[in-house]
Amino acid sequence: MSATVREIGPREAREADALLVDVRSDEEWKVSHIPGALHVPMSQVEERLPELVPDRSRSIITYCAVGSRSYRILPTLDGLGYEDAISMTGGIVAWRELGFPIDSESRLDEDKRERYSRHLLIPEVGEDGQRRLLETSILLIGAGGLGSPSALYLAAAGVGRIGIVDDDVVDSSNLQRQVLHSTAGLGERKARSARRALTALNPDVEVVTYEERLTSQNVDRILTGGWDLIVDGADNFPTRYLLNDASVWHNIPVVHGSIFRFEGQVTVFKPHEGPCYRCLFPQPPPPELAPSCAEGGVLGVLPGVIGSLQANEALKLALGIGEPAIGRLLLFDALGAKLEEVRAKLEEVRVRRDPDCPVCGDNPTITEYIDYVDFCEGR
Amino acid sequence: MSTVRIPPTLRAETQGAASVEASGETVRDLLDDLTGRFPALRERIYPEGELARFVNVYVEGEDVRTREGLDTEVSDSSMVILLPAMAGGG
Repeated sequence: MSATVREIGPREAREADALLVDVRSDEEWKVSHIPGALHVPMSQVEERLPELVPDRSRSIITYCAVGSRSYRILPTLDGLGYEDAISMTGGIVAWRELGFPIDSESRLDEDKRERYSRHLLIPEVGEDGQRRLLETSILLIGAGGLGSPSALYLAAAGVGRIGIVDDDVVDSSNLQRQVLHSTAGLGERKARSARRALTALNPDVEVVTYEERLTSQNVDRILTGGWDLIVDGADNFPTRYLLNDASVWHNIPVVHGSIFRFEGQVTVFKPHEGPCYRCLFPQPPPPELAPSCAEGGVLGVLPGVIGSLQANEALKLALGIGEPAIGRLLLFDALGAKLEEVRAKLEEVRVRRDPDCPVCGDNPTITEYIDYVDFCEGR
Repeated sequence: MSTVRIPPTLRAETQGAASVEASGETVRDLLDDLTGRFPALRERIYPEGELARFVNVYVEGEDVRTREGLDTEVSDSSMVILLPAMAGGG
């Protein structure tokens, strides 16, 4: 029948005594499909269809999203010896528009499928990955320069629960880079300003605020809030060493980022699978060599780059895909990134777990919280 | 000559230079050469010929403390990175 018209509309397809074969991808099938249809992704038709449908005289109607793939696959069916194969015009989109029944394995409602459609299209994320993100809880230390882009991208991505630890208030000098906050929010607690911005961006996200500074007294309470991951955007050494020790003891991975002027660093500390912050930097520099951004300045876009890299690492860890920067420290120099280059100048230095590390080593000597301010001032 | 990258927090000690050429066959040679020309840097990170604990030195992306320390060999094409921790995040 190769010379005849090879398409029929959904109405006729529904009436026909034929087997519907869905040739779309696994992800598309999961989101929605026609009840009773057989699913054989286009790339597997040649290999699997003869086994699933041995009767070559059986009438087959192929369909896809809009009718192009299902048409293109017809010669393959002819080659396999099927005598009566035809494609449904308009695909499942047209079928749905006619109000015909649809089955779905999706637990995402229509709004979420639309909102996260660009994720659902990526095989490595897809519906399963998106559901995973919606069930992930990520704690952000600091809603400042680094926390701003991380929080926005994680919320946009549909991370279901985001915690914000910050006791600071929005100051006009923050707005050159802290894109979570706005002029209207001057004087407001950053945690609240962050919650407002994130909820406005994505109402799917539950935002938990901690309007306090991370200390040895509150760190256990905060870290036991059910967090899968921590994104560290703190602005001082005592908080970073405190967070390190606590995260090792609570066994929560930390996506670390730090910035100064034009340069930034990113890495992932995954307890007992890679080094911790103390393995990498057993000691902070003396205070006179450790200026904060408030003292030394920072290019406004730099936290945008580094915070986004942190969000990227967090999403990889949450989805279980790719190669998280565990044991790898990424160094970014904004001045070295030439405009004509597509790749940013990212250099890696390798970080090894230190078996003698006082916190995550084989025989730890620090097993409870210390005075982190004294430690960082070399006392 | 190897190229040594100077972190932003130590550039006051190298008159603002972000990278400096230095010669030698080992990390120790490089640091001797470099800090001989920039005595303020010596005081900060290499007092009495000992590398300060807060600064990491990477040769070809590897921390020299996981290799042969100051005896780690360098070549003319080596990229050597001096790296203390940075805390900024705000």
